[in-house]
Amino acid sequence: MTTSQTPPPAEPTDVADSVPADLQDERLIASQGVGGWASATWQRIKSGDLGSLPVVIGLVIIWAVFYGLNPAFISSRNLVNLTLQMVPIGTLAIGVVLVLLLGEIDLSIGSMSGLSGAILAVLFVNQGMSIWLAVVIALAAGAVVGLVYGLLFNRFGVPSFVITLAGLLALLGFQLRVLGTDGTVNIPFQSGLVQFASQLFLPEWLAYVVAVAVPVVYLLARLRTDQRRKAAGLSAPALTTVAVRAAIVAVLLLVVVSVLNRDRGLSYMVVLFVALVVVMDLLIRRTTWGRSVLAIGGNVEAARRAGINVKRIYLTVFTLCSTFAALGGIFAAARLASANQSSGGADTNLNAIAAAVIGGTSLFGGRGSAYSALLGILVIFSISNGLALLSVSADIRYIVTGAVLLLAVVIDSLSRRSRAAHGRA
Amino acid sequence: MSTTTTPAPVLSMTGVSKRFGAVQALKDIEFDVAAGEVVALVGDNGAGKSTLVKTIAGVYAPDGGEVVFDGNPVTITSPSEAQNLGIATVFQDLALCDNLDVVGNLFLGNERKHAGALDEVTMEKESWRLLRELSAKIPSVRIPVASLSGGQRQTVAIARSLLGEPKVVMLDEPTAALGVAQTAEVLNLVERLRERGLGVILISHNMSDVMAVADRVAVLRLGRNNGVYRVADTSSQEIIAAITGATTNAVTARAARRAPQEEQS
Ligand SMILES: Nc1ncnc2c1ncn2[C@@H]1O[C@H](COP(=O)(O)OP(=O)(O)OP(=O)(O)O)[C@@H](O)[C@H]1O
Ligand SMILES: [Mg+2]
Repeated sequence: MTTSQTPPPAEPTDVADSVPADLQDERLIASQGVGGWASATWQRIKSGDLGSLPVVIGLVIIWAVFYGLNPAFISSRNLVNLTLQMVPIGTLAIGVVLVLLLGEIDLSIGSMSGLSGAILAVLFVNQGMSIWLAVVIALAAGAVVGLVYGLLFNRFGVPSFVITLAGLLALLGFQLRVLGTDGTVNIPFQSGLVQFASQLFLPEWLAYVVAVAVPVVYLLARLRTDQRRKAAGLSAPALTTVAVRAAIVAVLLLVVVSVLNRDRGLSYMVVLFVALVVVMDLLIRRTTWGRSVLAIGGNVEAARRAGINVKRIYLTVFTLCSTFAALGGIFAAARLASANQSSGGADTNLNAIAAAVIGGTSLFGGRGSAYSALLGILVIFSISNGLALLSVSADIRYIVTGAVLLLAVVIDSLSRRSRAAHGRA
Repeated sequence: MSTTTTPAPVLSMTGVSKRFGAVQALKDIEFDVAAGEVVALVGDNGAGKSTLVKTIAGVYAPDGGEVVFDGNPVTITSPSEAQNLGIATVFQDLALCDNLDVVGNLFLGNERKHAGALDEVTMEKESWRLLRELSAKIPSVRIPVASLSGGQRQTVAIARSLLGEPKVVMLDEPTAALGVAQTAEVLNLVERLRERGLGVILISHNMSDVMAVADRVAVLRLGRNNGVYRVADTSSQEIIAAITGATTNAVTARAARRAPQEEQS
């Protein structure tokens, strides 16, 4: 390392004993304790670093409005339905977040999900294959499609929206071909997969254990990091700040679980979906791979000059995106216990992309989080579920969802401008 | 060419050419730098200095020519290859990711890990150490580099190049945006790198900086070599003449006009 032969600079070391290395600059505005955390957060929001705030506020408004129009909206029964409905397209949205982080897009996720549902149903029902083998093959089909996109993108530099638009048509063709003349394949209700998607719920006690375990794990992880920071001579937030945050998470989760438990409860499929979101978030924020994805989304040339294997990252992201689409297709087929020619058609594609954007992932690349898939899909399905409860027809539903998407994109652009003005571009 | 009494070069190149469409940016360039030597690369705007640096750094593939690194002929086709060889570069267009924070940019492509995940704590600690060493005036390493001033960004780019164990460091106009103290710090750093036995390639338009730290000065003019001078045996005038390619031009004429006045005063 560089200092090995250089004497440490004399001036800062005497300060370093008392003040953590990252708080020595006198221009820094000190923010300590819970109040400091709150005011720092407020400053961040004001400067256009909105994160997931607009979508959370939006969600609260949407829920309040639907509750006002029809109190059945927040009945446990309906909320359990909502959690089950959102999983298939929410899974597609996780993949969309990944490609958006790179500043690319995949328009074929809908067709891919339809194709994978068709492969699953035909292999399992018509060919009599084991369900889990069929699942693996359907997922592999997704991976292969994504790999092809990535190779085409790397080799020819064609914009991803053109490649995947071609893919949209081709995959739709494959889907129709796989389904053959029947057009619809029904999956038996007794099969494990259909059971998993509609009947399997966590026992009440287990759901509560999960709701408590998650914040505890968060707290322990934070405490360990803060200990390491202190040992390294860096500042660490006050214990109360961390504890308050963990408590907020705990209360939220306990409320959700207790509401859901009054009906069927927390579905295993929903837990799997949320777990996938959490894992992807950790991969994006905590691994070299994720750091590379964000860097490429921010500045491809800088990433390339930093020695990042840019092509490999594109390849893995396109592959992951299509694989998530295939998984979403499997969930959809399992939930509806069938695969047909219109699976993954209509608004599937747009809902998945809209969810990622509404959830706060920027269309401009390099900014966003896996949680936007969860938040965005909650918004979209809250709207469609709420309107369905009011027996509003599909036309209005499309218009409202379109308006919300437009609003999300406008917020994205505005916050981008505000970030530029506040030096957080 | 001037004497080559210096030890065997760590990096040397002959006949390197690079063409951009109709522009011959580099033509038959010969260039070398030895371990523990600072070579300044000078030339007018558009002379091809940055292009040469980018060719060495693997950003551009040269059209022809030979590059020898540490005694072995090499073809550097990508930035990661250059890094693996031990060539670190500060580019003129800094090449930072605006959306990542200072720590993220410093360690990009070179991340420290702890139990399989990114080791943010160690990276942050190292960042502060590196930045202090450069007397950087950066208030926080957890803000996106988009919010830094031009000079702060330049400091980040310089600090970046010092991570890892480079054998050759190339600095493309590293002090162009820096304040007085930071410029002095960078020049000190260049000397420290030399003492540690690294080869340093320094591009600068500032003749006094060049004369202060360089051992040799290689002049490029319109994409071609235009002489290599030992700093000990030359003067700024001679180098400026080589840069502009004429003994009489705007710069020398101005110097000549001023010289009699200075003698009088
Ligand atoms: N990517 C590119 N595409 C086309 N032409 C280029 C490119 N990069 C450089 N050039 C051309 O190559 C020539 C040399 O450019 P270069 O950037 O190497 O100059 P320089 O010596 O670094 O100048 P300066 O002192 O202004 O930084 C210029 O004529 C420029 O127009
Ligand atoms: Mg240049």
